[in-house]
Amino acid sequence: MTEPGIPHQPWPSGLAPQMTKSLLAFVLIAAAALPAPAHASDVAAGQKLALDRSKGNCLACHTIKGGDAPSSVGRKLADMKRRFPNRADLVEILTDEPNRNVIAPMPAFGRNHVLTPDEIEKIIDFLYTL
Amino acid sequence: MITPSPRDRFALARYVVCALLLATAPAKAEDKIDPETERKAFQAFFFAKFPKVAKEEFGNGPYAVNESMRKQWKEMMEFPPYEFALDEGHAEWDKPFANGRRYADCFDNKGQGVRQTYPRFIAATGQVETLEGAINRCRVENGEKPLDPMTGLMASLAAVMSESSQGKPFAIVIPDDPRALAAYERGEEFFYSRKGQLGVSCASCHMSPAGERMRGDILAPALGIMAAMPIYRSDWGSMGTSIRRLSTCSFMTRAQPLKADDEDYRDLEYFLSYMSNGIPIVGPGTRP
Ligand code: HEC
Ligand code: HEC
Repeated sequence: MTEPGIPHQPWPSGLAPQMTKSLLAFVLIAAAALPAPAHASDVAAGQKLALDRSKGNCLACHTIKGGDAPSSVGRKLADMKRRFPNRADLVEILTDEPNRNVIAPMPAFGRNHVLTPDEIEKIIDFLYTL
Repeated sequence: MITPSPRDRFALARYVVCALLLATAPAKAEDKIDPETERKAFQAFFFAKFPKVAKEEFGNGPYAVNESMRKQWKEMMEFPPYEFALDEGHAEWDKPFANGRRYADCFDNKGQGVRQTYPRFIAATGQVETLEGAINRCRVENGEKPLDPMTGLMASLAAVMSESSQGKPFAIVIPDDPRALAAYERGEEFFYSRKGQLGVSCASCHMSPAGERMRGDILAPALGIMAAMPIYRSDWGSMGTSIRRLSTCSFMTRAQPLKADDEDYRDLEYFLSYMSNGIPIVGPGTRP
């Protein structure tokens, strides 16, 4: 059953906001151009950013191994290498998930400047350890 | 850098529907929004999502949709934490104002069993009035100072009015006045619009994810979400009215909460309560 007011779901991608799209494309190209070495320090920094309530606050919605208070709004963040072999997918999700899925409760961390592109990279380094 | 605010699917959906209507049936381009049709769809969504939850239960929010929460609740209800508020509220309710009049003189049926009809559209002001707004107007018209609409004595008075209305289904009226329909529409727009630094909407947390766990909380379904107000929250350690809850949720989206009597919040509450027409009042309530 779709939510009221919505003819069908998922939303046809052609209807996503165009400006957001081009911004995202830019971010993706920029991200793809950078090699992303996962230093241990980046993993630790990424973990801190992910758990920090004023930054990622990922635990509000996801369960993460070792995190307190499991949440079930989004799926458990685990087995990330297998599920997201393509790093660009994670960049896209963390930059603007509502652009991929218009009803996604997940905030558009990148587009809304809650996380910088650099912080997103660090969080992804951390995610790949899960 | 300019960040376009994401149109929520709702706004998009309506846009598309309108476009389709315009394209296929130009004669019907003026089709009005029909709140009753929207209410049915809204309720059907939740009845389908929670097929085991009885209609009468939705006002119990997290306890309606989560079994283990429900157990904790039963224990908590052996000594309902809102009892003191009811005591305080009854004492205040019965006390005459300095001019000799009483709260009961301000309301239909002496204020007994009317909570389910609030918020109301008031033709004289062209605006929506909440229950707390009506209580404060009663005070001011009788020469008393208004109360803090979020908590304290106001919550106690609201608790008394809810208590006498328990079991009565929400019966919000949208009178045949374009300003009333406009208020409903603004409330609806607010509910589905992504706001705040996080860019999430009320719907982001209280539609599809209803019943899911968010840290220590279980997200209440938007259907019946006003039926338990006011509530005692252990989190707060005190009572809170619906406005206190809306401010808390605004804060969670990292949006600046609006003023407690802001018209936007009143319209939002009007929309949400209208969506719950038919769901019985269960307040005052208690929450973890
Ligand atoms: C307010 C809720 C919320 C917050 C906060 C949140 N997410 Fe999500 N996330 C979701 C939901 C719901 C989905 C499901 C997909 C969808 O709706 O599009 C999701 C999807 C995802 C996915 C892809 C889906 C999958 O199968 O795993 C990843 C990866 C993800 N989130 C990572 C994160 C990270 C990392 C953070 C913190 C920086 C975060 N999320 C914060 C709600 C949230
Ligand atoms: C980031 C997630 C989130 C957003 C966005 C959000 N809420 Fe909430 N809301 C919660 C949580 C968590 C609770 C506490 C648990 C519960 O009762 O649902 C809550 C509780 C409530 C309650 C009390 C429910 C009850 O039964 O006690 C109401 C009413 C409410 N929210 C309305 C709103 C409205 C209206 C908006 C938009 C202005 C909104 N919420 C936005 C997470 C959110």
